Amino acid sequence: MGKPSRKLRGFQFREFLIEFLLALCALVSVLATIAIIGVLVFETILFFRNIPVGSFFTDLQWTPLFSEKHFGILPLLSGTFLITTIAMMVALPSGLCIAVCLSEYAPASVRKVVKPCLEILAGIPTVVFGYFALLLVTPFLQNLLPGLSGFNALSPGIVMGIMILPWATSLSDDALQAVPTDLREAAYALGSTRLQTSFRVVIPAAFSGITAAFFLAVARAIGETMIVTIAAGQQAKLTINPLEPAQTMTAYIVQVSLGDTEAGTIEYQTVFVIGMTLFVLTLLLNLVSEHFKKRFQEAYQ
Amino acid sequence: MEGVKIRVSNLNFYYGKNQILSDVSIDILEKQVTSLIGPSGGGKSTFLRCLNRMNEIIPGTRITGQILLDGEDIHDSAVDTAELRCRIGMVFQKSNPFPKSVFDNVAYGLRINGWKDRYLIEKQVKESLKGAALWDDVKDRLHAPALELSGGQQQQLCIARALAVEPEVILLDEPAGDLDPHATARIEELIRNLKQRYTVVIVTHNLQEAGRASDRTAFFLSGQLIEVNETQRIFTNPERQETEDYVTGRFG
Amino acid sequence: MRTRKIGWKIWNDRLFSILSFALLGFAMLVILVLLSAVFLDGFTRLNWSFLTGFPSRFSEQAGILPSLVGTGLLALLVVFITFPVGVGAAVYLEEYAKHRFAGSRVLRIFELNITNLAGIPSIVYGLLGLVLFVRVLALGQSLAAGALTLSMLLFPVIVISAREALRAVPMSIRECSLALGATRWQTIRHHVLPAALPGILTGAILAISRATGEAAPLILVGALAYVAFLPDSLLSPFSALPVQIFSWVSRPQVGFHHNAAAAISVLLPALLALNSLAIWLRNRYERK
Repeated sequence: MGKPSRKLRGFQFREFLIEFLLALCALVSVLATIAIIGVLVFETILFFRNIPVGSFFTDLQWTPLFSEKHFGILPLLSGTFLITTIAMMVALPSGLCIAVCLSEYAPASVRKVVKPCLEILAGIPTVVFGYFALLLVTPFLQNLLPGLSGFNALSPGIVMGIMILPWATSLSDDALQAVPTDLREAAYALGSTRLQTSFRVVIPAAFSGITAAFFLAVARAIGETMIVTIAAGQQAKLTINPLEPAQTMTAYIVQVSLGDTEAGTIEYQTVFVIGMTLFVLTLLLNLVSEHFKKRFQEAYQ
Repeated sequence: MEGVKIRVSNLNFYYGKNQILSDVSIDILEKQVTSLIGPSGGGKSTFLRCLNRMNEIIPGTRITGQILLDGEDIHDSAVDTAELRCRIGMVFQKSNPFPKSVFDNVAYGLRINGWKDRYLIEKQVKESLKGAALWDDVKDRLHAPALELSGGQQQQLCIARALAVEPEVILLDEPAGDLDPHATARIEELIRNLKQRYTVVIVTHNLQEAGRASDRTAFFLSGQLIEVNETQRIFTNPERQETEDYVTGRFG
Repeated sequence: MRTRKIGWKIWNDRLFSILSFALLGFAMLVILVLLSAVFLDGFTRLNWSFLTGFPSRFSEQAGILPSLVGTGLLALLVVFITFPVGVGAAVYLEEYAKHRFAGSRVLRIFELNITNLAGIPSIVYGLLGLVLFVRVLALGQSLAAGALTLSMLLFPVIVISAREALRAVPMSIRECSLALGATRWQTIRHHVLPAALPGILTGAILAISRATGEAAPLILVGALAYVAFLPDSLLSPFSALPVQIFSWVSRPQVGFHHNAAAAISVLLPALLALNSLAIWLRNRYERK
């Protein structure tokens, strides 16, 4: 084969150019991460120049917008975790049971209708769930629990659970479906009922997949903004009482953004510190979830 | 009806539009080993799975005809499949131990039937593992994962698991199909010993195995039962030409 | 002969069966009730003046035109920005990088990075947009800033779904084409991309639907809920429907709650229709 012709070389250049452009697109992902981390870290460092790190983690009050300022993250953390816990208590057991129902009990016709419904429901924007929480669920709960204040942690917690439910169910169902049939057959051949097979054989076999889904769900709940901003209130306090107002990390960020906060002030920096906390928390949860997902894929691929 | 454990009458089996089994009628005799032989696709495994209603797990299957266990119709609406499968156990061609420990695998059938006494469970597990000739191999690692056992041992474990439930009938679907000759020999010996306590029905491609281990043999071809008789007769003096062609190796 | 105490396990099974189906029905019922309550609440406010009006201090006179237009423009802008870049990144990672960096950790790090990006809460993207687009790039609280912020949010999602669509294309198609002397790009352009297109489209539609429903990042970037005009350039202030809904829900007056419900009654059917389209598309594609 002789020298490549001019045409061939032109071709090669075009190929190279295209690959280069596509590589740039992929590089955007790296730039995005660098930008996010850069933005958060920069302001966080500025924050910690003024506020000692220890007090950030141990101060029991969070009042950066008041005249007497405290900068302890515990109240916001407790608000986030309180609502997340309520949401998980609603979404996870029900999600798993419905997933078992769909995967092991339901005839194919039911599955064909329900599964797409679940996916469509997962597309309802969170601001709509915020409406549900404040204007529908809270009044309803106030009939049952007269002591319930207008802003509370219970209502957004329940509604967040309802929001996460279709998605958690879908993920769990995928995990259950990935378990090979011969394990089920072995169980049935020994005289197990569907219930026994599902809970003693299939769920343990799908354990890593379900755990991965669990951690993803928690990450999603922690990062959720609109439901809690609308319905949980703006009082950041360290509490486990779901009947009182509570403020989550995400709601705080919105609260500050809606106000007149100047760049460079300590109040401005608090937003980024909280953002950093959120970033780190969800990152850890996502990494753990990925770890379990890999284990699951290794077992069933 | 004495001595007949399972009586199958006019069994037809359909998967969607395809008819897999046509008008099969056979008596499975008690405490004997009956082997089902025939070329691939002849319906042997399907027939076996009908006996413990395992085919119902697959959607789109339909069955007509009657199967009686000790004179009782297994398709009667009052019969629950979970109950039935406690009386008719099954071992599959591809061993499928649960991803649990050896002990938990064998104990599984007991626990789902409400056995709670630890001592009794341990005793039963030991007996079952002995019955499957696996006890000596695993007695020091009962709580190790079952999937760490070799292929042959896993299959023995599946047999032990099935035995633990103390069924009356054991169905084996080519139990040595995936195994090397050494493991196969162990399984064969196992089967010979099983018939002292259980009625055994075994699907096999291995004619020598059928010849050695079973009392009666049934020959299936294209979904029909061609001939069933004492094993000796089937192999030395069959009545039907198709049977003779098959056992002499002219096809299949 | 030992006793068989097995009736209980069958009853447990039946009980669970009934309970779990009931739970499924109950969950769907609850969601249905909530959705109906919203539509009933907003139904009275839904009329032409609402759809074409501007926000107002008086709830009966308020309308959603600027937010509708804002949402529409945002969706279009986001598609134009994210779709090419996201699909391009997916194509690079799936068709080129896999071969160039096979076995090395570079690819794995890229994948992990994108998965993490997809899991970052949307409000953190709002913070990114606030600093990077509004301040550093001096775009101000504008339509451009909002569109870019949403694009950053959607980028990892589109990359992931496009990669899955590309992976679903069998290797044989690529091998065939390359064996006939086509270049890599030609193979991708003429064979792989068309085959993966339904999957990519499905992912894109779902991503757009998600972007249209986002409020938090837009609030941070300055989407206003009281915009008395339509955006006339990329740098003008803007509004979006979810932000408008949020603002109205947060007001104490009941009249604004009705407005919020009415706005939801406009937003939801559109999004649900988009999602249904995407899922229908995917089901058809999978059946092939």
